[in-house]
Amino acid sequence: MATGPATLVLLVDDYPDNRDIYVQFLTYAGLRVEEAENGHQALDKAFTLRPDVIVMDLSLPGLDGWEATRRLKQDPRTRDIPVIALTGHALAGHSKVAFDAGCDAFITKPCLPERLLEEIRAILTAARPRSGDPTS
Amino acid sequence: MLPARRTASRAAGRPSGAGGAARLELLESLLVASDPAQCAQRALGWLQRRAGVRRGVCLAAHPGDGPRLVPVASLGVLLDRIETYSVDLELRDHPLTRALLAAEPVVIPSNGHRAPATPLGRREVYAIPLAPVHPGDLPAGLMLVTPLTPAVTREARWLGRVLGPRLGSLVDTARLELSEGRLQRERRLLSAIINAVTDPILLTDGEGRIIIANARAEALLATDDDQSEGRRRAVALNNMLFSAALTRQSIEGVGAPRHEVPLVDPVDGSDLLFELMSTTTTGAREGTGIVSILRNVTDLQRATAELEDNYRKLRQTEAAARAERDRLDLVIDSVADPILVTDPGGNTVMMNAPAEHLFTAPESATAEAQRIVQANDAHFSSFVSNLFFEEGTLRRSGSIGLVDPTTGAGLPMEAISGKIVSEHGEVTALVTILHDRTEELERARLYEELKRATAELELKVRAATAELVHQNELLRRSHIALEQASALKSQFLANMSHEFRTPLNAILGYTSMLLKGVSGGLSAQQRRNLERIDSNSQHLLSIINDILDITRIEAGKMPLTVADFPIPDLIREVLAEVEPLITRTKLAVTTRVDETLPPLRSDRQKVKQIVINLLTNALKFTAQGWVTVTAVNDPTGDRVVIAVDDSGIGISPKDQGVIFEDFRQADDSPTRQYTGAGLGLAICRRLASMLGGELTVRSALGEGSTFTLVLPSRPQGAR
Repeated sequence: MATGPATLVLLVDDYPDNRDIYVQFLTYAGLRVEEAENGHQALDKAFTLRPDVIVMDLSLPGLDGWEATRRLKQDPRTRDIPVIALTGHALAGHSKVAFDAGCDAFITKPCLPERLLEEIRAILTAARPRSGDPTS
Repeated sequence: MLPARRTASRAAGRPSGAGGAARLELLESLLVASDPAQCAQRALGWLQRRAGVRRGVCLAAHPGDGPRLVPVASLGVLLDRIETYSVDLELRDHPLTRALLAAEPVVIPSNGHRAPATPLGRREVYAIPLAPVHPGDLPAGLMLVTPLTPAVTREARWLGRVLGPRLGSLVDTARLELSEGRLQRERRLLSAIINAVTDPILLTDGEGRIIIANARAEALLATDDDQSEGRRRAVALNNMLFSAALTRQSIEGVGAPRHEVPLVDPVDGSDLLFELMSTTTTGAREGTGIVSILRNVTDLQRATAELEDNYRKLRQTEAAARAERDRLDLVIDSVADPILVTDPGGNTVMMNAPAEHLFTAPESATAEAQRIVQANDAHFSSFVSNLFFEEGTLRRSGSIGLVDPTTGAGLPMEAISGKIVSEHGEVTALVTILHDRTEELERARLYEELKRATAELELKVRAATAELVHQNELLRRSHIALEQASALKSQFLANMSHEFRTPLNAILGYTSMLLKGVSGGLSAQQRRNLERIDSNSQHLLSIINDILDITRIEAGKMPLTVADFPIPDLIREVLAEVEPLITRTKLAVTTRVDETLPPLRSDRQKVKQIVINLLTNALKFTAQGWVTVTAVNDPTGDRVVIAVDDSGIGISPKDQGVIFEDFRQADDSPTRQYTGAGLGLAICRRLASMLGGELTVRSALGEGSTFTLVLPSRPQGAR
C-alpha cells in the first residue's frame, strides 16, 4: 500500500486542525508531508522542496490558492507537480476556476483523510509515466 | 164738250176767266209740268181757284216700287204731314183702294173711327180716280177733295179724266229715271266691290271667254296691245293654265277638291299659286257661265309652311320645357331637404315632398299632427315674412325649430332663403331650403362627448402611467433590493456552507482516524460513541449539503451533466448505498426493474440523488412491512417511471402538498417524531423539474405511500 518512502506531499491549508488530521493520516499511511498555511509560504516551499504532489486549499489569506497554483504552473521548476485543489467552496463554477488556474484534481470538503490519500495515489499513478520524477 | 174745248183753247191763249179757257190754261200748265208732284200740285191749285176746293190730296199709284198709293201733292194739308201716308193696293177693303178701283168718283163718307182715315182725316171727301195712260190699265192715281159742292164734283170729274194720263206718264218717267240711276249706281258699286276684292274674280262663258273680270283678274289674264312682249306671253301662259284648271274642275264636278293653279305674275314674273273655286251659273238670257274665284295662296302656302314650322318648333320647345320642368320637379323632389317657394303674399306656391311632409297634413291625420303642421307653418311664415320686409337683403339663413308631424320629434332646421327678383327689381318669390340639423347637432354633441371622454381618458392614462411609473420604480427598487437580498442570501449560504464545512471536515476527519485506529485501539464503548459522533456529523453534513443544493438551484447554479446510463445499474447502486440503512430495518425491500429498459439520457448523479432520497424516506416512515422500488418504461415508450412504494404511515391529502415545500414535514410540530431538515422532497421535486420530469405522490393516511418519478427517456427542454 505504500507509495514509496520518498513521496513528499506539500499540504497547504490555513486551518491548523485540518492540516493536523491530514498530516497525521498521510504520515500514518507512510507519506512525507510538508505544511504551508498561506500562498506565499506554499510557493516558497514548492520552489525549494519540489514536492511530488501539492494539496492546495483555495481559500487562503494573502495570496490565495488559485493565484498560487497559477504561479506554480507558470514556473518551469514546479510546472509538472500535480496540484490537488481541496476546498470548502462547493458552488458550481468553483471547480472550473480551479482547473483554469491549473489544478489537476478538485476535491470538496469535507474530505476524509483516506479519501485524500486515494486521490493522491491516483494522481501520482497517473503522473508516473512522466520521466524525470525526482522522487522515484 | 166742244165749246169747252174751244173755250179751253181760247183760255190757253187768253188768260180770261171763261170755263173753256181756264181748262185749256190748266192743260197747258199740266203739259209743261216736269214731274208728277208739280203736275198734281198745279191741278189741285186750279181746283181751288176754279171750284173752291179748300183741301185736297193727289195720290199716285206705282210711283216707285210696288203697288202702293202714295201722296204726291196736297192742298190745305202740309205734304210733310202726310208724306209717310201710303196705302197698299193689295188691301182691297181700304176705302182708297175701293175708290181707286171704282169706275166713277165716289164719296167717302165721314165714317168716324170705323174705317181707316184718308190723308184728309175722317171728314167726308170726294174721291176721283185718275184715268190711266193706257185705257184698261189700273187708274194712275186718286184725287181726294173737299168740300163736296156741285162745282167741285163737276170740275173734279173733268180733272180726273185729264190729269190721270199726264200724271201717269210723269210717274212712269220718274220711275224709269229712278231705276235707271239706281242700276247705274248698283253697277258702279258692284264693280267697285269686285275690284276691291284682291282675289281675281271672273265670269266666263261656256267657251271660256271672259265676260267679266275684276282688276286683279284682268292684270293676270287680260292684256293690251301696247304691253310688253314678256307680259303678253305671261298672260297667254296664265290663260292656258287657267283654262286647263277650269276644264279639269268642270270634268271632276261639284264637290271636287279645290284645285291649285300655278300662275305667273306678268309684272315681275314671279311664281304665284292660286286656289281655284268655280261655280256654274245659268241665266235665262245670258246662258251658262262660270264664276271663278282665284285665291292667292302663294303667301298662304309659305305662311302655312312657316306656321307648321313654328308649330313644330313650339311643340319641341314645349316638350323641352316640359321635360325640363319634369326634370326640375324630379330633382326638387329627390332632394331630401324640404324646399318651399313662397310668393310675396306669403302663400306657398310650390313645395317638394319632404316639405309637404312638414307643412301639410292629410284630412285623416291626427289632431296633434294638424296642430304641429300649423305650428310649423307659423314658424316658417314668420321667418319668411321677416325677409320679405328686409329691403336690400337677398339672402338670409337662420334656425327654425320645427316638429315632425309623424313622430312628434323636434327638428332643429337651418333655413336658407333667397329672394327671386324680377328684372324690374320686384321680389317675385322666395325660395327656402330647410336642412335638418339633428344629425349634425348629434354629431357635434357626440364629438364633444368624445373629446371630453378622450380628455378624461388621457388624464386617467396620464395618472395611470404616472402611477405605473411610480409602481415600476418601486418594483425596480424592490427588485434590486430583492436581487441584492437574494444575492446576499446566496452569498451568505455559500459562505456559511464553506464555514460549516471546514470544522465539520475536521470533526469527520478526526472521527474517521480514531475509528480507523490511527491513534491506537478503541474500547467498544469508545467505538460506539465515536460512531455516534460520526453519524451526527454525517447528518449535519447532509443538511448542509441540502441547503447548498437548494441555494444552487435557486441561483440557477446547479450544473447538469447529461449522459446515457442504464437504469438497472443505477437502482442496484442506490440499494447498495442504502444497504446499511436497510439492514437496520426489518423491512422487505424488493426491486422490480425491467432489465430491458433502454439507457436513460439524463444527469445520473441527480437521478440517483432523487431515488436515494425517496428510498431513505420510505425506510424512515415505514415501521414494518415492505418497500418496493420499481423501474419500468412508460406505456408511451418515451418516458421512464421510477416508483418507490411503501406500507408506511402514509400522508393525508392536505399534507401531500406541504411535503414538497422547503423546510417542511407533514408533521411540523416541535415534538415531531421524525428527524430531517425537511428539504429532501423539495430538492427532489426541483431536480425532477430540472431534468424535464416530475415527481408526484399518491397516498392515504395509514395506507402507505407511492412516490413516482417520471423522466423523459431523452431530455427535451431540461432547464
